[in-house]
Amino acid sequence: MDLKDRNCTFHRMKILIVFVLCLAGFGVLTVRLGYLMLFQSAYYTALAEELHERERSIKAARGRIYDANGTVIADNRTVCTISVIHNQITDPDAVVAALCEHLSLSEEEVREKVETYSSREIIKSNVDKSTGDAIRACDLDGVKVDEDYRRYYPFGSLASRVLGFTGADNQGIIGLEVQYEEYLKGQNGTILTLTDARGVEIDTAAEQRIEPVEGMSLYLSLDVNIQKYAEQAARKVMEQKNAKQVSVIVMNPQNGEIMAMVSVPEFDLNDPFALTGTGETEAASADSGEYQDLLNQMWRNPCINDTYEPGSTFKIITAAAGLEEGVVSLEDAFYCPGYKIVEDRRIHCHKVAGHGAENFLQGAMNSCNPVFIEVGLRLGVPGMYQYFEQFGLLEKTGIDLPGEAGTIMHRQEDMGEVELATVSFGQSFQITPLQLITTASSIINGGTRITPHFGVEARSSDGSVIREFQYDSQEQILSEETSETMRYILEQVVAEGTGNKAYLEGYRIGGKTATSEKLPRSENKYISSFLGFAPADDPQVIALITIDEPEGIYYGGTIAAPVIAEIFDNILPYLGIEKD
Amino acid sequence: MGRVNAEKSKKLNKPQRYYDYSLLAVILFLCCFGLIMVYSSSSYTAQINTGDSLFYLKKQGIAFLIGLVCMFLVSKIDYHRFGKLAVLGYILALVLMVLVNFTPFGIEYNGKKRWFGIGNTSLFQAAEAVKVALILSMASLITKFFGKIDTWRAQLLIAALQVPVILLVTANNLSSGIILLGIVFIMIFVASRRKVRFLVMVAGAAGLIGFVMLFSDQLIEWNILQEYQLERILVWRDPSAYALEGGHQVLQGLYAIGSGGLFGKGLGESMQKLGFVPEAQNDMIFSIICEELGLFGAVCVILLFLFMIWRFMVIANNAPDLFGAMLVVGIMAHIALQVILNIAVVTNTIPNTGITLPFISYGGTSVVFLMIEMGAALSVSNSIRYER
Repeated sequence: MDLKDRNCTFHRMKILIVFVLCLAGFGVLTVRLGYLMLFQSAYYTALAEELHERERSIKAARGRIYDANGTVIADNRTVCTISVIHNQITDPDAVVAALCEHLSLSEEEVREKVETYSSREIIKSNVDKSTGDAIRACDLDGVKVDEDYRRYYPFGSLASRVLGFTGADNQGIIGLEVQYEEYLKGQNGTILTLTDARGVEIDTAAEQRIEPVEGMSLYLSLDVNIQKYAEQAARKVMEQKNAKQVSVIVMNPQNGEIMAMVSVPEFDLNDPFALTGTGETEAASADSGEYQDLLNQMWRNPCINDTYEPGSTFKIITAAAGLEEGVVSLEDAFYCPGYKIVEDRRIHCHKVAGHGAENFLQGAMNSCNPVFIEVGLRLGVPGMYQYFEQFGLLEKTGIDLPGEAGTIMHRQEDMGEVELATVSFGQSFQITPLQLITTASSIINGGTRITPHFGVEARSSDGSVIREFQYDSQEQILSEETSETMRYILEQVVAEGTGNKAYLEGYRIGGKTATSEKLPRSENKYISSFLGFAPADDPQVIALITIDEPEGIYYGGTIAAPVIAEIFDNILPYLGIEKD
Repeated sequence: MGRVNAEKSKKLNKPQRYYDYSLLAVILFLCCFGLIMVYSSSSYTAQINTGDSLFYLKKQGIAFLIGLVCMFLVSKIDYHRFGKLAVLGYILALVLMVLVNFTPFGIEYNGKKRWFGIGNTSLFQAAEAVKVALILSMASLITKFFGKIDTWRAQLLIAALQVPVILLVTANNLSSGIILLGIVFIMIFVASRRKVRFLVMVAGAAGLIGFVMLFSDQLIEWNILQEYQLERILVWRDPSAYALEGGHQVLQGLYAIGSGGLFGKGLGESMQKLGFVPEAQNDMIFSIICEELGLFGAVCVILLFLFMIWRFMVIANNAPDLFGAMLVVGIMAHIALQVILNIAVVTNTIPNTGITLPFISYGGTSVVFLMIEMGAALSVSNSIRYER
């Protein structure tokens, strides 16, 4: 054999070396693979999953709100969101035609969205379920109909400022919807799906679902029927007197449960971004900032967000403080010449001619300013201040609604005799209507300071969890005797005094009128109000009406008291309070 | 080898002809496995892009059948007859590369002229054909220069003869150039008695590469190299920092490999093949194998290749003459280099360079020419004679 053709031993050796080197190379790569696939596996798996997974959230149904009778006053309605997925559309023309037809949109608009190259393009949201079902029935590739919940208020504008409404993400924006957000909102669920590199979901991949948890239902003390009565009465007087606005609060003075809170004009909760009560031209001409201001104004709850000078209804508090302190008794004699001079000021009584000689009870029945100025002066600044504090007037009531306004009051050290005198009959300081009715409740209920509230309890959708709400109450801010005397005085006010227009045949009703002149005094604008309760010997219901800027006759005793009488006429039998 | 035993009784005294059935088996197995993996990794994107999920599988299947026929034909020809084609092969390779690089016969894809074709019809990837021609001409040259093979002169001359074609390939296809160079180096190394000079060369090259890789930041700072020249090295060092540029493919491959775990997600269950790993059926197919079949499957594939290389060693060791041995050594070098470099790239062990995984990656030219090489190796195995 030719030398050339020999396959020599050293060749075999070299080939073996090459093979061993290959073996070594494979060994290194196997180690590298082992490192990547065992030790780095979790790291890369997590990164890869993050890349593949798309999270879609499933909205939780918001908890319903029920009134005292179990009537649903805030509900959910199923609405649909229609969207298109560009990549999955097989027949764009059919899609455009179907969407135009069902959603009554212009072809141009739909076509533009259908032809947009994006992973998902929303065509229209908040579409009725029936329309959504109709589109789904067309069975078009690339058209997605997603169901969603939207808040729905069956009674429209009823108790609008109390209930509040929800925004685009179903979150509470004002009112109880905000206050009880935590209970109502529930927990959104998620769908985890896998997608390919283009973001298209993989049909065959099993989707992981985390079911949403429905929000808890909220049960209120608010009674739809009482709210309706009160609203009707309020609207009637607002129209009659061409008033700017009328508010009514109806409450249980024993425990602070609010049965109705009305501020007319109300607004439509199902369309809360439409202005009501403002001239259309004004609304149309407003720019976006002004428009928002107008909306915020409309959403305000005057019962708790705004303060006013309470006027004569505040004499309840002055009287209670004077009686409790022992500086005055029912038979104490007073004389009203039509004014009282305090320091260098002459403060007029509303009856310019004066009430003449009267005792304290008669002074209260006449709502005589000089009598209450005298009581205030007897209490002195520290005494008056102490009772403000004791009755809880310096603090907020703690109602379960957001944005409660505080009391605007003189500082004790700035308060002179003149200030003391005006405070005694309800002027020169401001409180909210709610503060007034809460303090009055405490005075007539035997002396227990209560926390006004709507929320009674929250229940999970399956009823497994019931959360009863507890509210603070403070006992004996006033003695039982004083409370009883106050009930007597206020009953006399209605029976024979300034509040006689609130008298209701067969019922024992207590109350107090007020006519406050708004600031600045020169404008001659008034707030007429009346605070009434029944039955006078054992108060079960207390109501306060404030009529803002009535035209014509503006005396609280004349225009506000009859409204409360009308409301009581309706709701006392409804509440099962028998005539005597 | 079963046949060998069966025929034992018939021809006891006559020299027996050997045929490496285990090599044949592993070739067929790898090809079929490759078809499955090409289908698995390409069907989803093929469905989307071409509307036919079988698009790549069909093309690869046809190439495999052509390759199979070529392999059997070649394996039946006495390999000494290939030696006569060596000069022709060498000239054809040169002409082919000139045509591809400088004439319209070269068809450009992604800015690289790698395909030979006429008009708009691309026929085959030139570099794959050149690999076969180079192995053949190298085996011939080494046999011719056998007496003087240990001299620097002969070794350099042999290498120099291959330089033009390697340069022409490298111009448009760096990775194939590296493989060709590796084949030349290994073949001369095996043919020669010398060891030290090769060791020095390897050490020198390794040192230089290591230096560039480790001190790439400084080299850029000193303005010796520009950043774009070292882009692949920078990407290799931290693919996630270049996720939107060069690092994307490697990073997606690593996601696939990492999510495989020990036993993988199961055949067909890869997520990364759904468009995340670009052209998953090509260079990166090994990452999909890792994801679907896990470390277990990946190691099995490596062991199959190792077995194949071991068979080449056995055939080369027992080849009746130097030409046959060198032919098989060239084929062995080709397969080994390509497998090691491919897996090293996919696992980000070395900087990215486009090398396919033999028999498994999609690519018709590659499969056909690989099968021709396999035919040649089988032909050498067939000429081994042994006596009982």
